[in-house]
Amino acid sequence: MAIFGALVKKEALHILRDTRTMVITIFMPLVLLLLFGFAISTEVNDIRIAAVVEKHTCETRKILERFRVNEYFTFLGLVAPTETERLLRSGRADAVLFLRSDDANLKAQIMVDAANPTIAQTVTAYVGGVINKEEIKSPVLTYTLYNPQMKSSYNFVPGIMGMIFILICAIMTSVSIVREKENGTMNLLLVSPIRPATIILGKLVPYFLLSCVILAIMLFISYTLLGLPLSASIVNVVLLSFLYIILSLSFGLLVSTIADSQLTALIGSAVILMLPVIMLSGMIFPIDNMPVFLQGVSCIIPARWYISAMRKLMIQQLDAAYIFKEVMILTSMTIVLLVLSIRKFYSSSRK
Amino acid sequence: MTTVVKVSDISKRYGKNTALDNISFSVGRGELFGIIGPDGAGKSSLYRILATLLLPEEGKVEIAGLDVVKDFRKLRPKIGYMPERFSLYQDLTVRENLNFFASLFDVSVKKNYDLIAPIFGQLEHFPDRKAGALSGGMKQKLALSCALIHRPEILLLDEPTTGVDAVSRNEFWNMLAGLKEHGITILVSTSYMDEATKCDQIAMMNEGQILDIDTPANLVSHIEENLFNASAHNMFKLLSELREMPQVEDCYTFGSTLHIVARSDFNPEEIGNSLKNIGMQNVRIYPAKGDIEDLFIKLTRNER
Repeated sequence: MAIFGALVKKEALHILRDTRTMVITIFMPLVLLLLFGFAISTEVNDIRIAAVVEKHTCETRKILERFRVNEYFTFLGLVAPTETERLLRSGRADAVLFLRSDDANLKAQIMVDAANPTIAQTVTAYVGGVINKEEIKSPVLTYTLYNPQMKSSYNFVPGIMGMIFILICAIMTSVSIVREKENGTMNLLLVSPIRPATIILGKLVPYFLLSCVILAIMLFISYTLLGLPLSASIVNVVLLSFLYIILSLSFGLLVSTIADSQLTALIGSAVILMLPVIMLSGMIFPIDNMPVFLQGVSCIIPARWYISAMRKLMIQQLDAAYIFKEVMILTSMTIVLLVLSIRKFYSSSRK
Repeated sequence: MTTVVKVSDISKRYGKNTALDNISFSVGRGELFGIIGPDGAGKSSLYRILATLLLPEEGKVEIAGLDVVKDFRKLRPKIGYMPERFSLYQDLTVRENLNFFASLFDVSVKKNYDLIAPIFGQLEHFPDRKAGALSGGMKQKLALSCALIHRPEILLLDEPTTGVDAVSRNEFWNMLAGLKEHGITILVSTSYMDEATKCDQIAMMNEGQILDIDTPANLVSHIEENLFNASAHNMFKLLSELREMPQVEDCYTFGSTLHIVARSDFNPEEIGNSLKNIGMQNVRIYPAKGDIEDLFIKLTRNER
């Protein structure tokens, strides 16, 4: 036990002495969360709209009034038909609304800057919604469950957590183990009477604790600054994250048994883990929209299951029973990775 | 003298390369045993096998009566291993390194301090300096202290003097002599031939084989009988002329002169005269004092 304590203490010293890495590991999650939470959002706010009205009627006045008071729009005022192109081109307006009355029938046309199709689509839908408010006899009532304001930050929080833990746990553990191989100190650990299992644990425990600190920071920001609804499900969130952290640590261990240099370990874990996590985990791009082949590939990416379960827990506030499938998959992945990496470590410790 | 290390017929291959080819030797208690040979001779592989890190493909190694393959757990506390580059934690301080290695073996620094005191003495003045900031000689002393802190019976030093200045190297060998007093058996490898004379026994290794094992004095005495120095104004021509002569077995540059390994019919005056006759100036041929390097050259030449 004293030996184990010495190993953990030594590893903690490595982590604390390496100030640069320390700062990155603490600040990267912070910056990413705040960036995705506030700066990068798929919502469209503040649409600048101008209008061309051929002849004012009671109806057109009402419609324009609605644009004026709607907080998603900035109404630029009425313009001449010849002005419209210049406005759109110069980027001073996002859309121009044409209103024309033919025999008391109102006809509306929307001209929208579709340089960014995602924004254009949203703008068109918004404008349509504002115009048609009174036209439809039986309006469709929409309830947006779980995320009533459709805040994209809600969606990003689980994704970012899925990415950060893979990054920190896998890369940091693998690099720290491979560094000992490079320096030759691993040989000294191996020729000492301590068992390889103790060496592995002595490596994993400090990084597990570091990950817990990061988890605490990220949860704190999510529930305060980003305003995720706080409920009892936070207990399950923490437990699920523990499982995912252990999985990421095992991944790092596996990489370290294969890689010979710190650089290989770094590139290995970054390329094998980072890109698939960002592209295929459903963090940014919905899995259902992917080709079937890539959907299949995404099944073996742990982050996919973690993110999906985290959405259920954090956003939908469902209880643990609903994430049974994800937990089972993540648990089996963890066991497979741990067994593989420990066996590999043992076999490489005595050739 | 009781045998502490007994190596019998071990071999190790890496794919097609043979690192160790049928090696056998034994080392007695308290002996300072040197293994010399050029880089790539298989010294490090041998050390890794002795340190229980590598398994030999054939043969058997017993250290302190324990088999390195089967009883490695019992054996490990008895071995102190210092790998090729000084393996220390560069970002930990001198004191932290020493304490860490002591706790790995579950021993207290205080209790075993007497053993390392003569080595660690100079380091005592800056216990809080990072190991990475130490000079080569200091790193070497720290690494040796760390390898000794658990009072091993056998000390395995793999090229401990590589990258260390001449003064520190000298100091280091004096320290090893001090450790012998404690009854510690030391196996030291080096590629510096001049260091070999400080060992009790040396094994000369090349290309995975042991060429010869004996005391340094005995090894050198065999070779001095027919060794000569040669020098002339035109050294290059001298070398090629001498190599052509039937009385010369071998000739090679040695420092600022040439060394001649002579056959029995070699007469220095005769050869000197015949060289003067073909117009060479300042020809001098005189008996040489042989050393381990001459022997090594001889042994490796015989191989071919």
